[in-house]
Amino acid sequence: MAAQTTTKEQFISFASHTTEEVSEKQHRVEIDDSVTSPVVLYFLTGIGWLVFGSLAGLLAALKFNLPDWLGGTPFLTFGRIRPVHLNSVMYGWASLAGAGMIVWLTSRLCRAKIKETWALYVSAVLWNIGVAFGLVSLFFGYNQGMEWLEFPKPAGGLIALGFLFFAYSIVQTFRKRQVEHLYVSLWYILASLIWFPLLYVVANLGIYHGVTEAAMNWWFGHNALAVWFTPIGLAGAYYFIPKVIGRPIYSYYLGLLGFWAFALFYNWNGIHHLVGGPLPTWLVTVSIVASVMMFVPVMAVAVNHHLTTIGHFRMLKYSPTLRFVVFGSMSYTAVSFQGSIESLRSFSEVAHFTQYTIGHAHLGVYGFLSMILFGAIYYIMPRIAKWEWPYPKLIKLHFWMSAVGIALYVVALNMGGWIQGTMMNDPSLPFIASVNATKPYLWARSLGGTMMLVGHLAFAYQFLLIIYRSGPTRYVPAWFELRKTTEEDKPV
Amino acid sequence: MMFIRSFIFFLGVLATLLLGWAGLVGIPNFMISEVQPPKGLERYTYEQSYGRSIYIREGCLYCHSQQVRPAGFGADQERFWGRPSVPADYVYDKPHLLGTMRTGPDLFNIGARQSSEDWHLLHLYNPRIVSPGSVMPPFPWLFEEKISAAPDDKVIVLPDSITPREKVVVATREGRALTAYLIGMNHTYPVSQVPAHNDTTKKK
Repeated sequence: MAAQTTTKEQFISFASHTTEEVSEKQHRVEIDDSVTSPVVLYFLTGIGWLVFGSLAGLLAALKFNLPDWLGGTPFLTFGRIRPVHLNSVMYGWASLAGAGMIVWLTSRLCRAKIKETWALYVSAVLWNIGVAFGLVSLFFGYNQGMEWLEFPKPAGGLIALGFLFFAYSIVQTFRKRQVEHLYVSLWYILASLIWFPLLYVVANLGIYHGVTEAAMNWWFGHNALAVWFTPIGLAGAYYFIPKVIGRPIYSYYLGLLGFWAFALFYNWNGIHHLVGGPLPTWLVTVSIVASVMMFVPVMAVAVNHHLTTIGHFRMLKYSPTLRFVVFGSMSYTAVSFQGSIESLRSFSEVAHFTQYTIGHAHLGVYGFLSMILFGAIYYIMPRIAKWEWPYPKLIKLHFWMSAVGIALYVVALNMGGWIQGTMMNDPSLPFIASVNATKPYLWARSLGGTMMLVGHLAFAYQFLLIIYRSGPTRYVPAWFELRKTTEEDKPV
Repeated sequence: MMFIRSFIFFLGVLATLLLGWAGLVGIPNFMISEVQPPKGLERYTYEQSYGRSIYIREGCLYCHSQQVRPAGFGADQERFWGRPSVPADYVYDKPHLLGTMRTGPDLFNIGARQSSEDWHLLHLYNPRIVSPGSVMPPFPWLFEEKISAAPDDKVIVLPDSITPREKVVVATREGRALTAYLIGMNHTYPVSQVPAHNDTTKKK
């Protein structure tokens, strides 16, 4: 008779042979136990914002196809739903899920139980209230008027405060670390803890006006990616790829080069969002140069990740985590190369002001960051919930819906956007021609978005199952394809 | 040793971000703060400012830019969207609304291209009345239906097929303010320094 729940001891006894291994595993389980509640809280609320944000995104997408649909409802108009979508998925989903991943990673990489757990609860509560308050404000039209900084000041303040509590706990854990060596993922995590609050404070100094406010706006907008979202994704990729494959990262020194080149060049990129605009030319040029220089850190990271993966592609068949994370790391390489090229003036002349940019943004935030977060959550949850994912088929559904959905999304908008830009730049055509030309591509985008939403629903459903420890009992990880559980797999 | 390494790490991380800020925001902010408003640029009236807040509230900035590109970079000049915009054009703008998207056309000089209040109101009520194929959302909540119009009401004349029975559609205060802002978007006055095409490497 199979036991109904797998206890901590069963987990430890699993396939362990020597006392040393047992104590090592015991220690790891204790560390995982110390983070369970805060991490589940971050993930759960993050996934909530993901589902909500995807619904808002899909609605915004459909508004392009059917502009008069729900046209009489002020709070569902495109101009309000769009910032609701962006802020929900960025400051809700990606930030909270990322924070959860960071808590678990830091604890594991420092080989120490998490410290100041209370601060994490306070952080999660403040953060969620901030996001909820900000989104309600946007529905009612209280928008600060700057992309990425739309939330009213009190909402932004609550999130910033939440971040400080979160950072406090992470730093305390780091100070009590039981390791000599600091792994690459920790560099990115620690750097982002310094960068993100500083970025937010500097952006809110209130000393900017006119076109320099625009410069600040895009320095902030692009840097939110540079100092918070990308470090989350890279920290995850650096950890999970070698972890699942079971061999060390290809090169430590490339990791070092990648990190410092990243720190040096990334935060000079933002002003390429204002190419062709009324800013001093040198300013845009500096940003374009820095954007092209991003080839250096990106190549370093790409070589490191892909050469670690190479030769182990068979494992993608089995491991859900690896499949999501490798998809994410490949997207990172693709989106970074695309970004560097996109910043060039001759390319921007067509692609800027079009749907092309929207495709690029989604390849980054979804294809890269969200896919890595999905992979991380699939890895972390069984370890902290002490329960395996009940339905590997649902994970498979999630993966394919997300992967095909984002691919369709990006290809459609890149093609449609390029055509839109070419027609916009042809003065012999009326402007409306550039609108009409994008319509079929915008339908394809909505289809891609629908697929992603279906994936998210499968993901959210299974997440609820795992936190309630429901569904069939498993004694082996929920691989995509593996032999059936036999008598030998059962705990003695 | 560990302490020194942590210190270098901390310093390096701090320095990289602050250098970026200084180069891209701090120094330009200092340089451009001296810019004087051009003679032809007027401050927003109260109504226009109110209209501008409606423009932000309804998220117009997500589809419309407010900046004109110089000759040789895009087709703004050939489309007669106005001379290239300069920093001085924006001295009264808070927050800035430069925009990054042109799902719809640039609005920097929309008031000069289309100065009819009736056209703008009709377009806001439902863009497809005057601009077939447009994907812009309708904004019916900037209007109200009345049995009869008051003397100072602005009535909009809709096509017969969508005119409500025995009622008139009038613009609300918000609708009229937004229109006033749009009509006021006229930056055709001369400025002393119009930037030349800023890409010297590209051959056309």
